[in-house]
Amino acid sequence: MKNYHFAIFTLVAALLLPAVIDSSHLNMAILVLMAAQVGVAWNMVGGYAGQVSLGHAAFYGIGAYASTLLLVKFGVNPWIGVLTGGVVAALLSLAFGWSCFRLKGHYFAMATIAVAELVQIFFTEWEYGGAAVGLYVPLDKPGWLWMSFSTKLPYYWLALGLLLLTLAANWWIERSYLGYYFRAIKDEPDAARSIGINIARYKQIALSVSAFFTAIGGSLYAQKEIYIDPNSVLSTALSIKMALVAILGGVGTLFGPVIGAVILTSIEEFTRIFFGGTGRGTDVIIYASLIIVIAVFYPTGIIGWMRSFRERRAARADASRQIAAHAASASTNNGEAA
Amino acid sequence: MTTEILLQTLASGILIGLIYALVAIGLTMIFGVMDIVNFAHGEFLMLGMYSSFWLFSLYALDPLLTLPLTVIMLFAFGVLLYRLVIVRIINAPMLSQIFTTFGIMILLRGVAQFFWKSDFRSIENSSVSGTVKLVGIQLGKPQLVAGVGAIVITGLIYFFLNRTRLGAALEATASDKEAARLMGIDSHKMFSLAWGIGAACAGAAGVLLATFFPIFPDVGANFILLAFVVVNLGGFGSVTGAFWAGILVGVIEVMGGLLLGPQYKTAIVLVLFLGVLMFRPQGLMGKA
Amino acid sequence: MSLLEVHQVSKRFGGLTANQDVSFNVDAGQVVGLIGPNGAGKTTLFNCVAGYFAPSAGSIMLSGRNIAGLPPEACAKAGVARTFQVARTFGSMTACENVMTAAMLLQHNVARARVAALQWLAFVNLERFADKPAASMTISEQRRLAVARALAIQPSILLMDEVMAGLNPSEVRLAVDVVLKIRDSGIACLIVEHVLEGIMPIADKIVVLDRGVKIAEGTPQQVSNDPHVITAYLGDE
Repeated sequence: MKNYHFAIFTLVAALLLPAVIDSSHLNMAILVLMAAQVGVAWNMVGGYAGQVSLGHAAFYGIGAYASTLLLVKFGVNPWIGVLTGGVVAALLSLAFGWSCFRLKGHYFAMATIAVAELVQIFFTEWEYGGAAVGLYVPLDKPGWLWMSFSTKLPYYWLALGLLLLTLAANWWIERSYLGYYFRAIKDEPDAARSIGINIARYKQIALSVSAFFTAIGGSLYAQKEIYIDPNSVLSTALSIKMALVAILGGVGTLFGPVIGAVILTSIEEFTRIFFGGTGRGTDVIIYASLIIVIAVFYPTGIIGWMRSFRERRAARADASRQIAAHAASASTNNGEAA
Repeated sequence: MTTEILLQTLASGILIGLIYALVAIGLTMIFGVMDIVNFAHGEFLMLGMYSSFWLFSLYALDPLLTLPLTVIMLFAFGVLLYRLVIVRIINAPMLSQIFTTFGIMILLRGVAQFFWKSDFRSIENSSVSGTVKLVGIQLGKPQLVAGVGAIVITGLIYFFLNRTRLGAALEATASDKEAARLMGIDSHKMFSLAWGIGAACAGAAGVLLATFFPIFPDVGANFILLAFVVVNLGGFGSVTGAFWAGILVGVIEVMGGLLLGPQYKTAIVLVLFLGVLMFRPQGLMGKA
Repeated sequence: MSLLEVHQVSKRFGGLTANQDVSFNVDAGQVVGLIGPNGAGKTTLFNCVAGYFAPSAGSIMLSGRNIAGLPPEACAKAGVARTFQVARTFGSMTACENVMTAAMLLQHNVARARVAALQWLAFVNLERFADKPAASMTISEQRRLAVARALAIQPSILLMDEVMAGLNPSEVRLAVDVVLKIRDSGIACLIVEHVLEGIMPIADKIVVLDRGVKIAEGTPQQVSNDPHVITAYLGDE
């Protein structure tokens, strides 16, 4: 119930936000929304199903390149291109899953890094796709039909819409039998198989859905930034960030990635403004320290920490109530004895 | 392609492979003893390189001379890292372990950049500069010395593990932590030792590399991937496996670069990595 | 035709033979105990029947259909349910959600799965834990939860792996009651057990393994008087 109110409040705030902030802050808000969206997408397979992928940038990049190539080379409308990119990524995820899912734990994570790096190398060498030079999104057709705008505000609505769509998909999955199956696979894969769950199939479903939404996020990035290259949409650093957003906020929770995105993006911008310009790596040091602190002390993220805080408070309240009840009955007994 | 070029390539592949082996031995020891994959391993190598560089630039001390000092410093650093951070995540979920060592990796790179900037450095005119001709093949002296050095250090590690009591205790902890503990072996000390030796191996590899490879904050990135491939191919936890796999990976990488082009060297190694992960995950000689 | 026919099943791991030509049947509604000294190959055989290992040789017929070599999820769908030595309940879920996940094998609707799950929880007397986290339950409670979860897939046979290990006498009695209740509802039980006081009184049949081979089969009375069985257990020391 409390979460429900919180969600509505946040939604209203998000809808009203453009009216109260200026253009440069609006860009940061868009970055938050986009980071949250890929975090939610990653969370589907990494948080709920427990398959920690550190190569998700591969899907992001495929989405970005698919929609951009279709537009640049064949004049295909970006709205169609975006969906196509999502489908292509979901198809690629089949190869991803087939090669990696039989691996456990660390091995799986390493395999995802390797596959993503191969994808990056492919795009770096692929002349037709722009190779290392990258691709530019044409600006000759502005407007909603061609998803190209000269101001930031429409991108804000697009990013918000996409985030809401991704959240809705995640919410629907969480409440359905898929959500239960994913959690079972994450908790106890062998026990899950003993109750009839084909874990390979459901891991794949989680991955494909996740890949689809991640790719759409990549396409949106391309349309907004107008320029993509292997380094901006396919790097391992990007993959780490997608996972980190979810981990920071709370893996396996619906709004965790949103909270994580707000915090992470704020820290990034803050350190960039105050330290980044010197090129001395101070922003990197702060970012890395944050990762370590979260990983060591708060692996369940902010939401996880809040939940355990609430549980401990409830347990303490319970305990004091019991003590009070004991004391009351003891004094009553004493009264009777006397 | 002449025989000479082929032999040349083979030789340089073996020599660089020996370095990969040395780095990988440290990584495989850590994994073998405590089941943690150290993503920050390349940074021990980087620190070893910088240590050599600064001792050479500031005090004109030759890298080979300062090798023991660097190795000791890296050993201490490895133990320190274990005591401060790693000890807290031994029983943590895998997600925590992965991101902790990943965080350390990024942190060390950032620290290196902060103190020493991103400029490329190199060690010129050390005691091992120049080339030498051996059985008709031209070899760089630093590379040759590095290869020999790697063999020597690997031999020392092997001797330590198989002929000393402390080494036997380490191996025991690696096979069965609980049984070792019942025999009175302190796991905590063994883990510290593993991290110390692991860091020292990578640091030593760094010193050997520094005589001919550029030194910069992110240099670890080049080698961590290769180290993983070697550890995987040789078998997680197997030191002899890492040695032979290192040589093999070095040869494959360099030969592949010759045949397909240098920009594909990494891709070839990655494909090899995925292949081994998928079809023979226990590696050539590994424990599962 | 018996419900479960294990026929000449062998399982080798490299040079090690864990099971050699083991054969026995379980009829519908029977309770069959699988006993034997440590290392006899009981859990290996279990894993073969439940699909976690593929037998090196032999067949495993469930209602006339050979399930040997099928993966665990297929065996579950065919009607083989199992519990594990460690309960392996889903820690992130409540007790009810644990059982619901199993109930969803038969139909995907979450609300109907919850109704079914509550019934199975009541069956093992855990209904008061329905909305409590599974991780907060005691070991013996989690074992019962695992049994409820296994039952929720509506199997024809339930394999239980040392479900009475480490329990005190009153907990053993509770476990025995649950087994009998399961049997009375028409589900056959194949139970690996070391706690002989728990299994001998209730089993219709006992199969004894030693070093991978079946050395005896019969009623609990027959088996406890069998000289080979006595030697196998005593000879271990």
